[in-house]
Amino acid sequence: MPNNMPAPILQVENLVKNYGDVQAVRGVSFCVEEGEVFGLLGPNGAGKTTTVEILEGLRHPDGGSVRVCGLDPQQNARELKHEIGASLQSTALPDKLRVMEALRLFAGFYKRRRDPEDLLKRFGLEEKRNTYYSKLSGGQKQRLALAMALVNDPRVLFFDEPTAGLDPQVRREIYDIIEELRRDKKTILMTTHYIEEAERLCDRVAIVDHGKVIALGSPRELKQRSGGKTRIEVKLARPVTNGALQRLEGVADAREVDGTYVLHTQRPPQAIVSLVKHLEAEGNELVSLEIATPSLEDVFIEMTGRRLRD
Amino acid sequence: MRNFLSLTRMRIQLALRNKMFFFFSVIFPLGMFFVYSGIFAKSHPRGVKFFLGPVIALNVMGSFWGLSAMLVMFREHGILRRFHVTPVTATDMLASSILANYVLTLPTVFVELLFARLIFHVNTFGDPLALLFLVTVGTISFASLGLVVASITNTMQETQVLNQLIWLPLIFLSGATLPMGYLPKSAQNISVFLPATYLVSGLQNAVFSSFPVRRILVQLVALAVWALLSFFVAAQLFRWEPEVKVPRRAKLWAAATILPFFFFGVWESRNRQMLDQAQAAFRAVDEPANTNPAPKSAPSMRVVPNTNRASPQP
Repeated sequence: MPNNMPAPILQVENLVKNYGDVQAVRGVSFCVEEGEVFGLLGPNGAGKTTTVEILEGLRHPDGGSVRVCGLDPQQNARELKHEIGASLQSTALPDKLRVMEALRLFAGFYKRRRDPEDLLKRFGLEEKRNTYYSKLSGGQKQRLALAMALVNDPRVLFFDEPTAGLDPQVRREIYDIIEELRRDKKTILMTTHYIEEAERLCDRVAIVDHGKVIALGSPRELKQRSGGKTRIEVKLARPVTNGALQRLEGVADAREVDGTYVLHTQRPPQAIVSLVKHLEAEGNELVSLEIATPSLEDVFIEMTGRRLRD
Repeated sequence: MRNFLSLTRMRIQLALRNKMFFFFSVIFPLGMFFVYSGIFAKSHPRGVKFFLGPVIALNVMGSFWGLSAMLVMFREHGILRRFHVTPVTATDMLASSILANYVLTLPTVFVELLFARLIFHVNTFGDPLALLFLVTVGTISFASLGLVVASITNTMQETQVLNQLIWLPLIFLSGATLPMGYLPKSAQNISVFLPATYLVSGLQNAVFSSFPVRRILVQLVALAVWALLSFFVAAQLFRWEPEVKVPRRAKLWAAATILPFFFFGVWESRNRQMLDQAQAAFRAVDEPANTNPAPKSAPSMRVVPNTNRASPQP
């Protein structure tokens, strides 16, 4: 490449998408560089899937602009589809299609393709080559979906909730696969609502809520943004007046989230001591107390006042 | 083209692995063949030959049922979405399902003809080219009807209800079950507006009356025009995503596919060529032409010429 600074492989600028009266995506912007694993992290309904499906050319945006491999998914849909690979949400294959047939069939759609045999091996599906799709387990179906996303040796991969609905052990299998792709310097845009997944797999994460990017950076940067503060979660016998906890010594900020008080502090011992003193003075009681190390969850709580959960 | 062919192969494979398909596309048509030939025609060769037209027509028309259900199922299960992120086009998806259906229909038609010859001693089947053209155009057109049904329904339930509503008049008012000669005049008047009538009439003319291709051109053209229009509409209304509902304009588009048979129907109501040919064929079951003398045994079919019908032209 003559250019020292290649254009980002994915460019999203001020993207807007409405479904009727519902604004699913409200001005999302981000870029993904070649070889990067980029995560869209957010609760269900945050607009992650819509964003990804616009990039894949499955949906029309209502505003903003989008470039994938330098192409406009609306104008150059067919060309683009040779460059991307995707594992979708809420999708399936015909029940009576065999694993190997599916890989061969889909490989046949593309100009550039990888050997289905290799993919079968790499994704641990060799023994299942002649199994009907309907007979596969959830984890096997997902492994097949990821293998199928790679049949055309794509420049960009889109993984929409790659581990949703899988049990923890199977989820770790999928993590291993994605980590291997990351080592191979594949460009991946993935969505997830699992914090652990975003922290572990992604080079950079955009936290998305209500159709907007509320924070963007590497997991480490994002965690530092909350100042390396520790999170203390307490349940109390009686509610406390607003702001009372906020003023305690050692507490950087406090807020109520779903009936739990979430305190952030840089000096946990001091915060706890002052909290207990305060409660004694008020005649209130501590029902439970949890201390959590900083995670992307803190960023989300700080930005939205809500938890990022299923 | 390559994608179209590999999808066609997939559809054929899937159909052959599907028990429902086997029942509706193989067992059911052959069952109908034996019911018509053995019971209605009482195994009499001329009767069997007369009913081959309706039997093959039912077989060919059945395509619309399977195709609509399959496409809606593919959409509901999110299977179409998966194809949508590949370079596959809507036309690839639709055309491959039609071709696969055609490839699977031909052998059954062939087996029906074979059985007619081996079991019921029917010696000739008219102009083979006329028969081939009709089966081809017929399969494509009724398969396209199925694709239109799939494009204007959101769920499998809706699809099945609409299929029933379409299927019943098509088989009862077209001569596909009761010969046209049995139908009251009012039903005959309606029948000329139904695509199935053109298929049954064409097949009966080709197989029973041995018409050459040029004498079934009206039927061929009517079905071909309808096939093209239906396919075009189905491609226009094609939806990959399950949650995208039928747009309002879709109903108008779908209604437009009726147009060809509206015009052909008006035309046919005036010159009544098809109806007269059906009557003639119906009477000829028991009064064979000189070239093909019937056995002297008692006529096996009691023919009741339709008295409602005002003096048919010779």
